[in-house]
Amino acid sequence: MTGLLEPHAIGQSLTRLDGPAKVTGTAPYAFEQPVGDPLHLFPVQATIARGRVTAIDSSAAEAMPGVAGVLTHTNAPRLASDEDRELWVLQSDQVAFRGQFVAAVLAETPEIARHAASLVRVEYAEEPHEAELRADSAKLYAPDELLAGEPTNTFEGDVDGALAAAAVTVDQTYTTPMEHNNPMEPHATIARWDEDGLTLYDSTQGAHTVRVTLAPVFGLDPRQVRVIAPYVGGGFGSKGMPHAHNVLAGLAARMAGGRPVKFALTRQQMYSIAGYRPPTIQRIQLGAGADGRLTALAQDVIELSSKIKEYAEPTGKGTRVMYAAPHRRITHRLDPLDVPVPTWMRAPGECPGMFALEVAMDELAVACGLDPIEVRVRNDAEVSPESGLPWSSRNLVACLREGARRFGWERRDPTPGVRRDNGWLIGTGVASSTYPVYRLPGSVAMIRLLGDGRYRVSIGAADIGTGTWTALTQVAADALGVPCERVDLRIGDTALPMASVEGGSSGITSWGSAIVAAAQAFRDQYGTEPADGAEVVAETPDNPDAARFAMQAFGAQFAEVRVHVDTGEIRVPRMLGVFAAGRIINPRTARSQFIGGMTMGLSMALHEQSVMDPRFGLVVNHDLAEYHIAANADVGDVDAIWIDEHDPYVNPMGSKGIGEIGIVGAAAAVANAAYHATGIRVRDLPITADRFLS
Amino acid sequence: MDVRIQLHVDGEWRALTVDTRTTLLDALRDRLGVMSAKKGCDHGQCGACTVLLDGRRATTCLALAVAYDGAEITTAQGLTNGGMPHPVSQAFLDHDGFQCGYCTPGQVCSAVGMLDEVKAGQPSYVTRDLARSVELNDEEIRERMSGNLCRCGAYVNIVAAIREVAR
Repeated sequence: MTGLLEPHAIGQSLTRLDGPAKVTGTAPYAFEQPVGDPLHLFPVQATIARGRVTAIDSSAAEAMPGVAGVLTHTNAPRLASDEDRELWVLQSDQVAFRGQFVAAVLAETPEIARHAASLVRVEYAEEPHEAELRADSAKLYAPDELLAGEPTNTFEGDVDGALAAAAVTVDQTYTTPMEHNNPMEPHATIARWDEDGLTLYDSTQGAHTVRVTLAPVFGLDPRQVRVIAPYVGGGFGSKGMPHAHNVLAGLAARMAGGRPVKFALTRQQMYSIAGYRPPTIQRIQLGAGADGRLTALAQDVIELSSKIKEYAEPTGKGTRVMYAAPHRRITHRLDPLDVPVPTWMRAPGECPGMFALEVAMDELAVACGLDPIEVRVRNDAEVSPESGLPWSSRNLVACLREGARRFGWERRDPTPGVRRDNGWLIGTGVASSTYPVYRLPGSVAMIRLLGDGRYRVSIGAADIGTGTWTALTQVAADALGVPCERVDLRIGDTALPMASVEGGSSGITSWGSAIVAAAQAFRDQYGTEPADGAEVVAETPDNPDAARFAMQAFGAQFAEVRVHVDTGEIRVPRMLGVFAAGRIINPRTARSQFIGGMTMGLSMALHEQSVMDPRFGLVVNHDLAEYHIAANADVGDVDAIWIDEHDPYVNPMGSKGIGEIGIVGAAAAVANAAYHATGIRVRDLPITADRFLS
Repeated sequence: MDVRIQLHVDGEWRALTVDTRTTLLDALRDRLGVMSAKKGCDHGQCGACTVLLDGRRATTCLALAVAYDGAEITTAQGLTNGGMPHPVSQAFLDHDGFQCGYCTPGQVCSAVGMLDEVKAGQPSYVTRDLARSVELNDEEIRERMSGNLCRCGAYVNIVAAIREVAR
């Protein structure tokens, strides 16, 4: 246990320090960084899902005035490592998924590059492919481990025996579709080679992550790769790791004679290059006594992976920590397909997994004739169910109770399908939410006293809209015992010290702990009256309490749903999230994180589905007109609050990550409310009008 | 084919050469270095490229630059008045009506243009009484701002910001 920082700046609702630049549009995102005399890149993508390129005719493209070159697998510079097949770009004639880069045009203007790319003729030898997730696939296999090293399967007790003996059981299958992250800023990079190596202005959640991932691909020392990313237009996971476009830009820049190469994916290209959340098929089995107390809990997950790169969504991860039950089984199987490579999307694992579990818990409540909040309270876990560790703090019940009070839950009649208002059926639903407290190792903070009395705090961290610029300034101010005005924060550049990726809601815990360690070292070394230029560096320390406690944030999601009797149209006028996430660094930006996650959860509940045509291996709705994300008119009154939670074990700020928990459980709350409104149970996302018209 | 045109951008005449295929958005970004208008979809589906074009909000990715010789364009950057943020921009700051900021300049321009449309009495899909002046309630704001997508999910704060300015 560490003494928590005394909060002065922490807890203040500062407006975003990067706000003035963002509301005027002057904050430079990757593609907008000023570079002299650039070339523009436009790719050619495979039109088959699997096979070989047999011939490429680029003569018409090369003959166009303004074309500087055409890259194919026959002339592209050789890469040094094929360990990550996603990044093995233009190195062979193999096609592993539709949309894979097979060529690219480098030209003086974007218009010429795009036109010339359309003139490149590619011939293929097509081979049979598989692009549809199937629960009965003969290829299903158990991966060695899940995304972040979690065990694939966990077992405790005798699930089948307990189910057979249970007074009440739920046994249902739930599905979640392929979903695409779709940050508003398309993935973009500007690449330039010079004698020092490769420079990338990139749209990424981790400048250092891009550096350490790409350096071996290009056969470079990491010090020869510079990545600059001060402003990032959203990521939600898809910008957590570099993708093929980064490599393609680097290859093109290698051939550009020192000129910078600008490359922004189109929205359509993002659907095959930038990653997505894989679809899942989840069977949940619950066994309980008549009192609703779980005796058995099983979740068997079948989910999509890609053949060229394994991706094991940790879908059952949330179930492993949510509810007590003596007999447990959680398993994962992957179906490897000839499809683009999946990646992280906001709360990978918890987001799809808790949809299934929390709808199943609602079904349990109905089966037992109990209030859905009461069922969750009765199954609250005193210790972490699998590890047996005590919680550093767990306030799920407090969130449920506070939410119930504010949402008006006590007046709720549990009978489904009986509340009507002018042609609309009305219902309310609840779901639990959780997300782990992750601390990634290896971040380093440097603190230096400038001549003007300000402290420069440098760490190569990222702000993808999460509020890092502001929140880390507040953490640094309290760590140094100075006002925010005396902190000069620098992030978003590999020229700054090492920082872990902005992923897993780990940013403030990982980077903030490094800053606090550096500030303590600074004061230990220089006292309160340091000389100008005094400087220290310190690394994110290990947390010895991590071995003693289970650390999770928890929350409760509430939704009101209206379903039109004649059309099946579904509206969500009201959502409330109540969270217990330790100390909140900045209430203004924290609320945005919570409601932003909930809004994406609403979007997941009602709209989002990447429609894979298995005949072609193509996501057919690959743009924002056809892949629907929630628009302003889809969103009603969404609010988030939090309860005071004191946790001295998680980190010196006492904070838990909040970037992802807002989406977890939100879709389940909507589905449960839709059941309460109509009596129709929807177990497959998204919840569309046709479900209510049969 | 290249064509010389002039655009009046954020209070300044700019002469430039464009390909006849160049969109107004790419003319601003690639030719003039005016990056306030953002490219989110390039298909008129997201609204990130919204500017005020001859006083009305428009998606510049759906406009060919050659067709707008002499046009007046105001981006969110150009809304700033003598270093002071525009009231809509200030309200977005105060209400945290954005997170990543990429859709924000388009949202701000769209809101400014939308408020003028309301003042001019233009109805929307959700306006019930076409005979009376428009009451800009939350439903009207949400409907009129639905051409501007925000993936961070800042809609409730965007509505709060616009509500305050409209008051």
